[in-house]
Amino acid sequence: MPSFGLGHLWFLLIAAGWTIALSAIAFLGGGVLGFFIALARISESRLLRGLSGAYVQLVQGTPLLILLFLIYFGLAIIGLDQLPALIAAGAGLTIYSSGFLAEIWRGCLQSVPKTQWEAAECLAMTRWQRLTRVILPQAMRIATAPTVGFLVQIVKNTSLASVVGFVELSQAGKLINNSTFQPFAVFLTVAALYFLICYPLSAWSRGLERRLNVGRR
Amino acid sequence: MSAVVKLTDVHKSFGPLKVLNGVSFEVGRGEVVAMIGQSGSGKSTALRCINALEKIEQGSIEVCGHAIHGEKLDKRALRLDVGIVFQSYNLFPHLTAEQNIMLAPTCVKGIGRREARELARDCLNRVGLADKAGHYPEQLSGGQQQRVAIARSLAMQPKVMLFDEVTSALDPQLTGEVLRVMEDLARGGMTMILVTHEMGFARKVATHVIYMRQGKVWEVLPGHRLNDPDTPELREFIGSDL
Ligand SMILES: Nc1ncnc2c1ncn2[C@@H]1O[C@H](COP(=O)(O)OP(=O)(O)OP(=O)(O)O)[C@@H](O)[C@H]1O
Ligand SMILES: [Mg+2]
Repeated sequence: MPSFGLGHLWFLLIAAGWTIALSAIAFLGGGVLGFFIALARISESRLLRGLSGAYVQLVQGTPLLILLFLIYFGLAIIGLDQLPALIAAGAGLTIYSSGFLAEIWRGCLQSVPKTQWEAAECLAMTRWQRLTRVILPQAMRIATAPTVGFLVQIVKNTSLASVVGFVELSQAGKLINNSTFQPFAVFLTVAALYFLICYPLSAWSRGLERRLNVGRR
Repeated sequence: MSAVVKLTDVHKSFGPLKVLNGVSFEVGRGEVVAMIGQSGSGKSTALRCINALEKIEQGSIEVCGHAIHGEKLDKRALRLDVGIVFQSYNLFPHLTAEQNIMLAPTCVKGIGRREARELARDCLNRVGLADKAGHYPEQLSGGQQQRVAIARSLAMQPKVMLFDEVTSALDPQLTGEVLRVMEDLARGGMTMILVTHEMGFARKVATHVIYMRQGKVWEVLPGHRLNDPDTPELREFIGSDL
């Protein structure tokens, strides 16, 4: 029986790379989608507000695991069963992130006082100009820290992608453990790698929060 | 002379609360009208209706040829003609004084940045803050912030300016510097409607004073006659203020 060695460590490092790649896809995809949903949540149209609100409720109310299953098997039913695991996992995590990021950002947008919208409106600015020139710059400062905080959640949640056959860090650990039976060494290494990915993000988030609390609002 | 602002029998409620109950008055070009009255008498609401920030239920409002009550009101065209300054300044905190002023002229009127900067300097000059162009709102005193807010509004070259208790949040010594700016504006021929608790200022600057009470125009009188009102209610109101 092989024991946990350099070859395994290399395997874990590569899997960690996939974890980072999947996190990036989820964050970028979820960010773009979530941004437009956040805008829809504060839109003047009742219909858009209702639809986006329902989307957020639905996504937030569904366990990520079930979301991943639904996408994986749902796509298989419509004949897309050859889809790479990365795409299926990326789609699931993108939807998941979009629901949460939309809600975080909606809160940030709405925490900018109404009077700021009004002041810009009274200067004859269009709604789009008010949003992009007055509200977004202020909302973004508020949003930075919680957004980075959520990024850490995404990284950890990529571990669920193994259910659709994607070999990321956790799954790689499980595979190695199956052949070495050294769970302590293997999963301690896995945990350390997660920590190495997440710690800089948390530290960055804390730093941003500190800076924003001290600096201008 | 045709009126720049004309309200006719304006009614406005918030739910069951009747705030404006048949308000009518006119403001001619270059006139300065001061609105006074107890808290809750509907002064702010009247200003907000004039600028189409609130919808009215009955009556009509004409401002610089715009029919505020109409279905086809072009709000942006209206806001190009009407400037408004609030008690709480509402400066954009992420922009410097100069950028606060430049924002609307550049993105609404399409003025070039250099020209807009000159315009901003010019407006800051008029409110006595030429040296504060690069300061962020939080680095300015309340009085200075309020003067930047006035400058920001002026930069759009409105035909009418509305002021809602712009000095109420300020210490007495800061109040003076803001009132001086407004007095200069009035002298320069700006048409102004101002809600104020500064009776001395109203008496000195206002062409007319409108006393609001229970959602109605209770009494209108020339500014210089403010200490000699016709109705006992206004007499009592002014007495309570002195
Ligand atoms: N958006 C709103 N929704 C509900 N009620 C409102 C709203 N705005 C104002 N009111 C109510 O309308 C009444 C008149 O308010 P308004 O602000 O016009 O008074 P005001 O004369 O400006 O008073 P003050 O001197 O205190 O500023 C008040 O009773 C107020 O509570
Ligand atoms: Mg008021």
